Amino acid sequence: MIGVALKGLLGRKLRATLTAIAIVLGVAMVSGTYILTDTIKSAFSTVFTRVYRNTDAVITGKSAVGEENGNNERETRPTLPASLLPRVQALPGVAQASGGIADRAQLVGRNGKVISHGGAPALAFSYQPGAERFNPLSLQRGNWPSGSEQVAIDASTADKEHFPPGQRIGVIARGPEQFFTIAGVVKFGGVSSLGGATMAVFTTPTAQQIFNKVGRYDSIQIAADHGVSAQQLVREIAPLLPAAAQVRTGQAEAQKQTNDTNGFLNIFKDFLLAFGGVALFVGSFVIANTLSITITQRTRELATLRTLGATRRQVLRSVILEALVIGVLASLAGLFAGLGLAKGLNSLLVSFGIDLPQASTVFATRTVVVSMLVGVIITLLAALRPALRSTRVPPIAAVREGSVLPPSRLARLGAYPAAATTAGAIALLLLGMLLSGASTGTRLLAIGVGSVVLFLGVAMLAPRAVPALARVLGWPSARFGGIAGSLARGNSIRNPVRTASTASALMIGLALVTFVGVLAAGLRTRFESAVDEVFIANYALTSSDNFSPISIASANALRAVPRVEVVSGVRAGNGRAFGSKVNVTGVTPDVGRVISVKWQAGGPRTPELLGLDGAFVSKDYAHEKHLHAGSPIALLTPNGATVALAVAGIYAPPKGGAPYGDITISAARFDQLYTNPQNVYTFIDMRGGVNAANTHALKAALAGFPDAKLQTKSQFKKNQLQGLTLLLNLLYVLLSLSIIVSLFGIVNTLVLTVFERTRELGMLRAVGMTRRQIRRMVRHESVITALLGAAFGIPIGVVLALMVGVAIKYAAFTVPVGTLVVFVIAAVIAGLIAAIFPARRAARLNVLAALQYE
Amino acid sequence: MSFRDGATGRAAVVAAADVTRRYGEDATAVDALRGVSLRVLEGELVAVMGPSGSGKSTLMHILAGLDKPTSGSVEIAGIDITALDDARLTELRRDHIGFVFQFFNLLPMLSAEENIVLPLTIAGERPEPEWLKELLARTGLEHRSSHRPAELSGGEQQRVAIARALITKPAIVLADEPTGNLDSKTSGEILELLRVSARTYGQTIVMVTHDPRGASIADRVLFLADGQIVKQLGTTSAAEVLEVMGALQ
Repeated sequence: MIGVALKGLLGRKLRATLTAIAIVLGVAMVSGTYILTDTIKSAFSTVFTRVYRNTDAVITGKSAVGEENGNNERETRPTLPASLLPRVQALPGVAQASGGIADRAQLVGRNGKVISHGGAPALAFSYQPGAERFNPLSLQRGNWPSGSEQVAIDASTADKEHFPPGQRIGVIARGPEQFFTIAGVVKFGGVSSLGGATMAVFTTPTAQQIFNKVGRYDSIQIAADHGVSAQQLVREIAPLLPAAAQVRTGQAEAQKQTNDTNGFLNIFKDFLLAFGGVALFVGSFVIANTLSITITQRTRELATLRTLGATRRQVLRSVILEALVIGVLASLAGLFAGLGLAKGLNSLLVSFGIDLPQASTVFATRTVVVSMLVGVIITLLAALRPALRSTRVPPIAAVREGSVLPPSRLARLGAYPAAATTAGAIALLLLGMLLSGASTGTRLLAIGVGSVVLFLGVAMLAPRAVPALARVLGWPSARFGGIAGSLARGNSIRNPVRTASTASALMIGLALVTFVGVLAAGLRTRFESAVDEVFIANYALTSSDNFSPISIASANALRAVPRVEVVSGVRAGNGRAFGSKVNVTGVTPDVGRVISVKWQAGGPRTPELLGLDGAFVSKDYAHEKHLHAGSPIALLTPNGATVALAVAGIYAPPKGGAPYGDITISAARFDQLYTNPQNVYTFIDMRGGVNAANTHALKAALAGFPDAKLQTKSQFKKNQLQGLTLLLNLLYVLLSLSIIVSLFGIVNTLVLTVFERTRELGMLRAVGMTRRQIRRMVRHESVITALLGAAFGIPIGVVLALMVGVAIKYAAFTVPVGTLVVFVIAAVIAGLIAAIFPARRAARLNVLAALQYE
Repeated sequence: MSFRDGATGRAAVVAAADVTRRYGEDATAVDALRGVSLRVLEGELVAVMGPSGSGKSTLMHILAGLDKPTSGSVEIAGIDITALDDARLTELRRDHIGFVFQFFNLLPMLSAEENIVLPLTIAGERPEPEWLKELLARTGLEHRSSHRPAELSGGEQQRVAIARALITKPAIVLADEPTGNLDSKTSGEILELLRVSARTYGQTIVMVTHDPRGASIADRVLFLADGQIVKQLGTTSAAEVLEVMGALQ
């Protein structure tokens, strides 16, 4: 019996392949994600292991606020006093110890712009002669830097930007651009790429100088004497350390840094896996539908088996076995397709400005196990209903033409299960939307689960809606498509369950794309109106990537420009108050002249009156911590100092985004408390407002700051939304995978339908329908199915976006009509593409053979 | 249970009593069978004849347990099949009934031999090599055994189907219009094969047909009209059958 089932599968290669593709794509996404993130993790691990290869112990600054992942850590972490180094060197077990600086410094290209490869960091290190054992870099050409005029840069920048040793290059550290002579070209051993990161290496005194760290180090690396263990060394060093410092073994530090990046990569992995999950969910619809059609077409065969004595269980097993084989083969194919997809995903990310280091491909056992399991289980689950259906094929179908399967127990309940499922989904969604007591996370979870259930519910209800809806959506076909269009409309209504199921797969992808589009439009509207409300300056200044902090020197350079009235920067950092982390911002007294917010306590003059001990807080924070004017706040800063502040005002930010953090103090106080104060943005007000002369004057003053970007209000809005636009486009690309899966669903259904209607098509050809008309008929049916998918999916997407918008509070409800029209057109085009292959097959039928077909 | 026939001492393989079958309800109801009783003895070849709509296919389906009678009883190999559930019916078909269909109903992806042994495969058994060889020889398929149905002629396909029906040595072979889809010459060959099988192996066969030549090979011919048996003939000729049929039309 197993042999019979397998031979049956072999006999239906095309159908099996069409079924499998739906799973291949989803599994490829899963395996590709694992391969990509594992490879990146391994690259990072190689990097960090190499950095601390010869280091037995490392002393670093310790933020009192708590460790944090992300780019800011380096810059906000407290530094170490240089006086610590000789005390460490004097310890008995220490063979060698060396202090170093690790910071960020951008290199300026020949075009006068900051060199940046896909958003990768611009790293800066110090070079200490005689401490080679601690140096992870190797010299490719030239020499290590010596003296305050020299720098060594990374090989990739040197080659791509044509900076050979001997040339001068601009570097941006803390202040304006400074020029150095390139002494040599270095490479980070071990990995081929550091993810496009640029590197600048200075002598230690130079690095201390340009990063405002004179008399300080970022880290001290220590090698132990022979016979002294790393743990022993750590124990010896620990008592010497000030409060804002910590010591770890080299191995532990490498592990910690690896873990930090892994934390980020795991989020990234889950993000990508979610799209694999969506593709598999859609794929399960496609498989269920394809198998279901196949079973209908095999009714005669299954019935014959039953008359020959096959039990229901045997029929069930043969269908399940078939699904199992398809699942295993498809998952295997997907697993290996993931290798290619990992590369594709990487290039996709690079094109979206996310460049991550790469090493040799990592193909973990976990990748194999998870991909295979997920693929096979989804296939089997999807096959369950068709398999149960196959057991209802009565033996008498072997001798009777067109016998109909008896309805299942579920079907006998009519529309109730579908209605109940949909109602359950709507209840969950409303709960997520309106349950104000719960956390945003809980509410989003309710909405997430609700949407999955909603998709199932709508898919179950869809067959009932298809006849009426297809008649409407097929009207243009019937009206303008001639006989082919009319027949196509009729065909799409002929088997509503099948059409509905095919359209449902597309519905999911379209709903998600719509959801993302509508939500993004809402966020955009809110943000823009927030900027309109807050931004009362003439110009804004940010770093060229729109989000990195920028040196205060750039703002200061503008103060001397004629006609400038106000230059006010906003510093940002973090701290700890009332037992939890807070965002802290620092503002100059005149900030009220460039940023306007509503005040619940205090007023527009509050920033002027902050002094050293005053603070203003956001409305939500005040509400959460029960603060009012005069309330004391004990703020712990990363350096370990606790300062006593008093609430001087409470501001109410607009919904689309706050210009300040939870707690805002004066810039003067901020600069005292934070190691490395920088502005996140600076606003400028000028006499005459925005005009060519003013713009020119400001730009001239910024000539020494290639990383500074001057912009007007509308440019600022656009630039700040760039991240959202980028994310939106990335989401569209990733969601297109599930739409492609559903397109294969349409292809499957059409191919199988054409196969089923062979005799009918032969008859149509015999009575004079041309091949072209046949092709057109299939195309029309495909487009009608795609439009049904859009008709179900787009409204669901709009509703989901509305609900999430309410749950997260930030989004306005805006329906981007233009975008939605584009989606409908895209659905039509998708339908036309899906029809190409089936239409060809239908038109190719030999009339005579088709008529004789039994 | 004993179904010994008084005259011959042979067991009755099929015993149907007062079988009726009504399709639909009330005004639109159609009575396909209105009280049919028949007995088929071991080794007998019985032909059921009748014009279209006479109920002969319905009778066949009910004898095979594919359809249930509205009233009356049907016993196959001494088992009352009207009371059986699906699982028991399946078992009965597997062990006691062989089928020959009008449209052959071969599995396209299996070879001729694989199709022949399919009922045993389903039952998880292996064919007796001697018996399989004998059947292949009898049906003239020795050299076609590895061919797929698509590579066989209509007559060859039906011979495969007959071998498939005989492979389990069932109590009864039910043949539903076995020549309905074949040309005249091939029909003759198939009927001859059925006749020889019945004689040589003592195989009980009930055949529904409207081919008068089919009836002529039978030990007994039952004529059905409007759901009732209206005439019975013993061994007869095609000419005589035609005459009776003419009278029934």
